[in-house]
Amino acid sequence: MSGKKLIEVNGVSKSYGGVVANSNISLDVEDGKITGLIGPNGSGKTTLFNSIVGYHPIDEGSIKFEGEEISKLRVQQIARRGLLRTFQQTRIYGKMNCVDNMLISIPHRKHGFFDMFGTNGKADRDKAEHLLEFVGLYSKRYLPSGDLSFGQQKLLEFAMALMNEPKVLLLDEPTAGINPTLINGLIDRLKRANTDFGITLLVIEHNMRVIMNMADKVYCLAHGEMLSSGSPDVVQNDQRVIDAYLGAH
Amino acid sequence: MWDNLSILTTHAPVFNIQLLLDGILIGAVFALAAYGLALVWGVMNVKNLCQGEFVIMGGYFAWLMGKAGLHPILALPFAIVIMFGFGWVVYLTIIKRVLTKDMFTSLLTTFGLAIVIQQALNLAFGPEVQAVQSDFHTLSLFDGFVTVANIKFVSFVLCGLLAGAVVMFMKHSRMGQAIRATAQDARAARVMGIDTENVYAFTYSLNAAICGAAGVLISMIWVIQPFYGITHSIRSFVIVTAAGIGNLPGVIMAALGMGVAEQYVGFVMGAEFQQASVVVILLLVLIWRQMQMSKLRQVVQ
Amino acid sequence: MSWRARREGISGKPGPRHMGSVMNAERRNLISQGLLLAFGLIGPFLFPHYIQQITLLWIMVLFALTWDAMGGQMGYNSLGNIFFFGAGMYICAVTQIMVAGYDVGEYTSAFGAIHVDISDGQYFAGLFLGLAVAAVGCVFLAIILGRIFFGLRGPYFAIGTLGIALAAGELIGAWDWVGGGSGISLPLYPAEADFFPGSGDDESMFFYTLALIAAVATFLFYQWLYSTRFGLAVNAIRDDEEKAEGMGIHTLRYKTVAWASSAFFMAIAGGIHGNIIHFIEPLEVAFPTVTFGIFMVAMALLGGKGTLWGPVIGAILFHVIKEVTWTHLLGWQWIALGMIIIVNVVFFQQGILGWMKERWPEAFGVTVEGAPAQGSETGGGSN
Repeated sequence: MSGKKLIEVNGVSKSYGGVVANSNISLDVEDGKITGLIGPNGSGKTTLFNSIVGYHPIDEGSIKFEGEEISKLRVQQIARRGLLRTFQQTRIYGKMNCVDNMLISIPHRKHGFFDMFGTNGKADRDKAEHLLEFVGLYSKRYLPSGDLSFGQQKLLEFAMALMNEPKVLLLDEPTAGINPTLINGLIDRLKRANTDFGITLLVIEHNMRVIMNMADKVYCLAHGEMLSSGSPDVVQNDQRVIDAYLGAH
Repeated sequence: MWDNLSILTTHAPVFNIQLLLDGILIGAVFALAAYGLALVWGVMNVKNLCQGEFVIMGGYFAWLMGKAGLHPILALPFAIVIMFGFGWVVYLTIIKRVLTKDMFTSLLTTFGLAIVIQQALNLAFGPEVQAVQSDFHTLSLFDGFVTVANIKFVSFVLCGLLAGAVVMFMKHSRMGQAIRATAQDARAARVMGIDTENVYAFTYSLNAAICGAAGVLISMIWVIQPFYGITHSIRSFVIVTAAGIGNLPGVIMAALGMGVAEQYVGFVMGAEFQQASVVVILLLVLIWRQMQMSKLRQVVQ
Repeated sequence: MSWRARREGISGKPGPRHMGSVMNAERRNLISQGLLLAFGLIGPFLFPHYIQQITLLWIMVLFALTWDAMGGQMGYNSLGNIFFFGAGMYICAVTQIMVAGYDVGEYTSAFGAIHVDISDGQYFAGLFLGLAVAAVGCVFLAIILGRIFFGLRGPYFAIGTLGIALAAGELIGAWDWVGGGSGISLPLYPAEADFFPGSGDDESMFFYTLALIAAVATFLFYQWLYSTRFGLAVNAIRDDEEKAEGMGIHTLRYKTVAWASSAFFMAIAGGIHGNIIHFIEPLEVAFPTVTFGIFMVAMALLGGKGTLWGPVIGAILFHVIKEVTWTHLLGWQWIALGMIIIVNVVFFQQGILGWMKERWPEAFGVTVEGAPAQGSETGGGSN
């Protein structure tokens, strides 16, 4: 793997009214790696995510994706460049069945005007079903996705993201709300998404065990500031990180 | 059109005062109806498209009072009480069932209700445009260039009193506090033992009563007709959209601005454009809101 | 629902069970289409006295289908789609007058006193050119309005579009060039035209045929459109537009196409309807926001919004009930109409097809195969 930086966040600040959610945050996501983002509740992780994918304007700083400044672009434009996110509160198309959810998640970035009226070929269908199998939802593929349990919806959302063939996938707490017995399976799938599909991951996670197992590099936020960064071992043993977590509880 | 414009700019600039005064005096009544809409929108998330019909209903109370040989302003307490009751009935029979459903349901239901009320008024009172005579004197200013019927000042004062009463009620009464709590977080309010059903019913009825009062005033300073309600609804919608929900000073300012703008359009371009101007203002407000939101990378929803 | 504990290979083909219901659905679809088309073809001969009503029925079907493309399939509930009906009607009328060789301003200011003296060829050329210009013009209008309105969601979109339709009526009424509030009389159908020998009423048959073709074309167009990626995309926009944007779907494109297609067919319906009525004026005929404008919403909801057949069924039921009961209601019909809308929305929102889907989900392809996915950790095998 090259050490190429896919996402470069430089000195980003964002505040809501008087509340500073992010202050002068810098972070890099390396191509082909799994990068973790941790921090106690309210430390500004999701705000940073939203800034990267374009859900709100940032106050200062720059965000680059493959060397291109994206902090002024719209959500769709960013998504079409291959930078995708999942939501903490899972979002899927509830009235459509799982297969349709998958089929509409094909990568749209290559689409011209008349592709709107194309039909999905066998290759797309096969891929959709493979991925549903991959996350273990194959047997429920014709159910309206809104009828699935929360954990299953989360898996579906993950599969939809894979269907989109993003370059980078930003996952907001992928294990929250998932049955603990399934977490190991999920970690395995996330890792395989990274190794087999070659998707770079940036993961927000509360579950320390998960993130320490997976990530190549970890960043820790607290009170909107970057507290510590480095390999999982370094961050795990950083006294400031331990204090931040203990202090927060 | 240019003739009228030149009257305002060169020939008789004093006439601007007439338009401004008319606009502000009538805008005050708009503010009343718009405040009612902001209330149901903010508290119950119901976009009440029969707002204007409630106003027109109120207007016919004044008209009936005038028919009975009494002064139409006496209709005010009747309109408030009866419309409050009417609002309660509408809530129990219809609105209650659409509260939990999606936005379009409440919009369409109240639109259906608007049609029913329009047509019922049409059957009962006929399609004629009515103006209720208040027999007040007319005030003449600037050598007769500016004339304002005293009833407009009376209505302005009554508007202020009614609005003040509602605001005091919302601030200090138990029900008012319950309404504000429910608006912030209905579930928390329920957990705290507030009967939100009751709060919703009361809010909707209060809105109907406010509209009824506004209708009585409108009928005396302007005209009413069974099918004029929809313009009032859209007007209220424009005002609330421009001002934002829960922003009383904003609602008042937007309503007065709306009144003035309509007077100007009506005078400069002709009365037939007055109704259309409401919609044009709506579009401008919506476009302005979009541009504002787009800076925040958001949409208007 | 049967939970069959059978593991399936991931062959990429739908399971046989699902295949079966798809086949059934297709057969049902074909049979329904055949029946409807058969009625369309022989209807005017069976009920020659009701040809006007059946013509209107097809226009209603078209209304409901075009509204549903926006409101049902895409979740953009427009209360002002009738705008394109009126705009199409006026564009068509103006084109017809121009083709007939008259100056529009002079023609309209004569208030119908000009007796239009044109050849058959000119009449039909004007009519068809008018319909084409109306359709294309309304597509452009939809694209422009889409730029303004598609930044609005939910109630703002609904009220904004309602505003457009109301304002259009008012503004056209103040525009003397197109006759203002007193409207335009259209050129008369040529007396000697005889496309349907022996029918006795060639004009009614002619416009009936036009309306039938327009409705069938609308149906077939949307049937095709929903079967493409477009159908999935607009459904996705309906379910969660923010998510769709986040997935990179070109939402504005899809929304614009949906509205433009709706405008295209509405404009044609407007042109046809104007010529049936002969006389058009802005408030009652061209921009009837609280009648046709709200009918189309009611019909789509009654039949089941977001389905292909729902609006068709809704339109037929609504129109038949309306035509049968209307005259017996003695002035109370409009109140009854408002009541119907309220009852429909409050108590029967899912519509007929929506209700059937809840009742018999398997017939609509909602099935579960194999063991429940939760707890199945054997998801491997792919890649």
